[in-house]
Amino acid sequence: MLELKDICFERDNKKILDHINLVLDTSKFYVITGPNGSGKSTLAKIIMGIEKPDSGKIILNGEDITDKTIDERAKLGIGFAFQQPVQFKGITVYDLLKLATKKEISKHEACTILSKVGLCALEYVDREVNKSLSGGELKRIEIASVMARNPYIAIFDEPEAGIDLWSFQNLTEVFKEIQASSSGTTIVISHQERILNIADEIILMNSGTIQKVGEKEEIFDHIFKPKKCCKEVSAR
Amino acid sequence: MNQEDKELLSEIIEDDPTKADSYNIRKNGKGIDRKVNPNIDIVPKEENSGIDIYVKEDTLFGTVNIPVIITESGLKDVVYNDFHIGKNANIIIVAGCGITNNGHKDARHDGIHRFYLEEGARVKYIERHCGLGVGEGKKVLNPVTEIHMKKGSYMVMDTTQTKGVDDTNRITKASLDSDTTLVITEKILTSNDQVAKTEFEVELNGENASTHVTSRSVATDDSYQEFTSNIIGNTKCYAHVECDAIIKENGKVKAVPEIYAKNIDANLIHEAAIGKIAGEQLLKLMSLGLSEKEAEEVIINGFLK
Ligand SMILES: Nc1ncnc2c1ncn2[C@@H]1O[C@H](COP(=O)(O)OP(=O)(O)OP(=O)(O)O)[C@@H](O)[C@H]1O
Ligand SMILES: [Mg+2]
Repeated sequence: MLELKDICFERDNKKILDHINLVLDTSKFYVITGPNGSGKSTLAKIIMGIEKPDSGKIILNGEDITDKTIDERAKLGIGFAFQQPVQFKGITVYDLLKLATKKEISKHEACTILSKVGLCALEYVDREVNKSLSGGELKRIEIASVMARNPYIAIFDEPEAGIDLWSFQNLTEVFKEIQASSSGTTIVISHQERILNIADEIILMNSGTIQKVGEKEEIFDHIFKPKKCCKEVSAR
Repeated sequence: MNQEDKELLSEIIEDDPTKADSYNIRKNGKGIDRKVNPNIDIVPKEENSGIDIYVKEDTLFGTVNIPVIITESGLKDVVYNDFHIGKNANIIIVAGCGITNNGHKDARHDGIHRFYLEEGARVKYIERHCGLGVGEGKKVLNPVTEIHMKKGSYMVMDTTQTKGVDDTNRITKASLDSDTTLVITEKILTSNDQVAKTEFEVELNGENASTHVTSRSVATDDSYQEFTSNIIGNTKCYAHVECDAIIKENGKVKAVPEIYAKNIDANLIHEAAIGKIAGEQLLKLMSLGLSEKEAEEVIINGFLK
């Protein structure tokens, strides 16, 4: 179980996360959604330890991990697929997957991991993780590097971004599998209805706060409920 | 050659150099072992001042190993090696110098390598430099490489200096005729108070000559590196120079790029980037469970691979 207690994060006089309280159950599949700039990625980075909250606590299975470093959290089973995949020089896809799994996996095993994100064939394992790969390819490798670790708490930041419709369908299947079989917590930041459909619970964020946590119907009602200002406009 | 020599040798050439088609091993200023074959001849110059290597035209898949080792403190070894590569010959040359200096005097090797590529010749030249030993005497390496490429020839030059060289002054000069390609990749890692200076001068004289020069350097501790390139395009040609450096601690890197187009159809590009390890690369690797130190190592090893 992962608990976020009263997390605040402010930069440039702007409240990016404003008193976030959240309890995430083990073995549930969560989707965080909300407008651009609402603080979704920042929240994910705070869970991974990439950003430190100004105040508040992060509790993993009763243990306070607020002051733990990124690698300590990784070792506790937290994994995070970046919204913008990181590029390297001289590090191949195979190298990255070996680092991720912490094992001398064979190229065949590396291919099996890659095929989950729709990158089949050996041609990818020896490619460098650099700008010679397309945006979608980099994104899939990023996702694979997290899936390969099979984390206890897995966070994927907009996995669908830059991925074509056909592959996205397959990716949705992979997430469905995770939803059905994973014993840990999965958190996917997404705007895609297909992903929202899989969620056990949806977390709706807006301007640094959590607006609502609930099942799809409730959230959709909340999002599409006509707002006051719109009524005023239509009344005129 | 004793065991220590063999170990030093293995730092610059992975496989046993005596397994190659032809080789010349030089230790402390003298040739100590040599093998030639009908296609590749190695002729010593007078007074141990170097060798001439003749590769017959149309030689296919030849290899030459010419390592140099120095184990004597205080030795200053100057050597001239000239490579005459015949028409359409295809050859791999592995050179390099390893110095073990356990004494208090400087040990120095100046290798002057001249390459003459005839029409259509193809050369892959690999050079490794390293220093070992615990003495306070410096390990100094000053290689000069001169490359003359005739029409349609092709050369790849791959040089690496990974550790233990206190002072280096590298000069690489090339002149390219038409339809030639020269690809240079240089990797230098300096630490402590080491100094490495490297200078490239490439003249593109023939139509459709092209060159790619890539320099990857890592300067750590108090070390200093200087990269100078001077590419001159005299005709319709293409050049791409890339200087990419990572600095750590008090490491300093200076890049002085110069490209000079003297013809409207010369297309010359220079890119230089110096900076510390990208923060996001560290963050990504740490999120996979590597400590900051491990992550740094992985990034630097990849960068210099
Ligand atoms: N270190 C920082 N310094 C200043 N502003 C920041 C910093 N990190 C995030 N922000 C700002 O905080 C807000 C939330 O950013 P965040 O990336 O979390 O949004 P998001 O919900 O993931 O948006 P998107 O849907 O576009 O990915 C944005 O306005 C962003 O510009
Ligand atoms: Mg985001």
